[in-house]
Amino acid sequence: MSFFGKPKYSKILIKKKDIPPGLWEKCKSCKEIIHKKQLEENLMACPKCNFLYPLPSAKRIESLIDEGTFVEMFADLISADPLKFVDSKPYNVRQEQSLKKTGLKEAVITGWGKISGLDIGLAVMDFAYMGGSMGSAVGEKITLLIEFAVERGLPVAIVSASGGARMQESTLSLMQMAKTSAALGKLRRKNLPFISILTNPTTGGTTASFASLGDVIIAEPKALIGFAGPRVIEQTIKQELPEGFQRSEFLLEHGLIDMIVERKDLKDTVHFIFDFFMNNKKKLKKGNNGKGTLKNLKLAKSII
Amino acid sequence: MRRKGKRNPESKTKTLIGFEFEKPISELELKITELRDLSARERLDLSSEIASLEEKLDQKRKEIYAHLTPWQRIQIARHIDRPYTLDYINMLMDDFKELHGDRRFADDPAIVAGLGLFEGRKVMVIGHQKGRNVKERTFRRFGMPNPEGYRKAIRLMKLAERFGVPIITFVDTPGAFPGVGAEERGQAEAIASNLEEMSLLKVPVIVVVIGEGGSGGALGIGVGNRVLILEYAYYSVISPEGCAAILWKDGAEAPRAANALKLTGKDLVKFGVVDDIVPEPLGGAHNDYELMCKNLRDALKKALNRFEGMSEDEIADDRYNRFRKLGVVVNGV
Repeated sequence: MSFFGKPKYSKILIKKKDIPPGLWEKCKSCKEIIHKKQLEENLMACPKCNFLYPLPSAKRIESLIDEGTFVEMFADLISADPLKFVDSKPYNVRQEQSLKKTGLKEAVITGWGKISGLDIGLAVMDFAYMGGSMGSAVGEKITLLIEFAVERGLPVAIVSASGGARMQESTLSLMQMAKTSAALGKLRRKNLPFISILTNPTTGGTTASFASLGDVIIAEPKALIGFAGPRVIEQTIKQELPEGFQRSEFLLEHGLIDMIVERKDLKDTVHFIFDFFMNNKKKLKKGNNGKGTLKNLKLAKSII
Repeated sequence: MRRKGKRNPESKTKTLIGFEFEKPISELELKITELRDLSARERLDLSSEIASLEEKLDQKRKEIYAHLTPWQRIQIARHIDRPYTLDYINMLMDDFKELHGDRRFADDPAIVAGLGLFEGRKVMVIGHQKGRNVKERTFRRFGMPNPEGYRKAIRLMKLAERFGVPIITFVDTPGAFPGVGAEERGQAEAIASNLEEMSLLKVPVIVVVIGEGGSGGALGIGVGNRVLILEYAYYSVISPEGCAAILWKDGAEAPRAANALKLTGKDLVKFGVVDDIVPEPLGGAHNDYELMCKNLRDALKKALNRFEGMSEDEIADDRYNRFRKLGVVVNGV
């Protein structure tokens, strides 16, 4: 044996060849090993425990809109940098990096398409792009979409995932809250329904504007939804927050949202609600020409 | 509550609570007082020395206040003696009846509102209210409203709308209150509803940022046809402290964040977020309540006059268009 020299026991490497990287994942919630493809097919919900991973905006649109009917609008709009904002890096560098990282130009995709055959305007925010924050472009795209819907008579759904107003545009971001909310005021006056869909997380200026203005508000299970972030509240009241505070179930209990809907059921639910509200007035004849009312009045008098 | 006129006659020459950047001023002031004392005690004629020092003081003051950093301006906007909403109401309104409650849950003392008579006009006045001593501050929640405050405000704005009464709001808050109860009762929804409902109002809404314009908590009563700001007041998407904690991971970087956020009147006018700046007395509103009120009265009259003879729809459209324009976007590649 000495011919081969000292055996090199210590150099043995255990290669995880049986789990190629990128194919399998350990669920953050239930710790089960799950197949990535299966996770994607299940709309990024853990097949074992139903824990919801962020769903990229493009996949979300795919999951809601009939195949081949989505028309993206205002796709090229991005925020300018009028403040020349610099923190640890300049804002425009952040924008470029976010584009590279996510392939998205902005934190929202807007457009229109069919949901089970019904035309709707749709905006989907994406948390991956700068925390889904709302700056000038996000506000402008959402406002343009709502104005388009008002003009065309379309209902609107917005899927939110956002940390709030984008700090790098300061008050200009803040003003998008007023702008988008004012546009929704026009939609409401036109009697077009708006469904707000809240996903994890939706906080700050987004919650304090369009996201809270749904005629019907739907949340995904266990999503963090609130105005102030939990850390800010903890610092203010100097107490630990209870388990489940600011989660969808908490909001439902406090009357702030209409329902919690699983991701796979979202399309059917949204379609049902829009279908319920749209096109009723054509079918119904308005009033009864006042004849019935007069008769009832006479009857009432004769009783006295 | 303050009486009409100057709060403290001394405060014109003496800053009650001095800032670090006002040190050269207080040093000169001290010197002048010493000379005055000396001349009285020793019966010396030092009037020419005193006069030259006073001139120097005047110059120094102008120089310092002309070159304030955004962070220094924020200190002035938060000055404990700065006039608050009720001070302005007392001084500007010929009569005022405060109204209370959101008709749902509570009355929020962090927002005051009521019927005012201003220069012969009826106005609905609404504003954030801070407190001056510990008791008042706790009662007013440091000017940070709960949802009830916003709901009271919109209730009264709609009341004003029904009877064709213009609305004046005074903005002065570090932000909406971040508390458990506020979240439970829908802080975000309360603000969001106000944004939508205010945009539809058919009477003129004049907004004045009189101190702190703290984010959504400020905007919640801030959707106006005209938005004015006092010279040293600020308006921002987040407090400089909060911004520094998030982006620089260090709250002590607040002065830098204050620079970056472009939150002063001059910047805000440039971006169209604010329409006009109301000049303040030298060194800040707290130095001369009377002069501050005169300037504000003039500005409010001017703002209200713009809407004389406009139709209800024109007024609502004017407000919609004002906010519709805000933001800067480009076509990316």
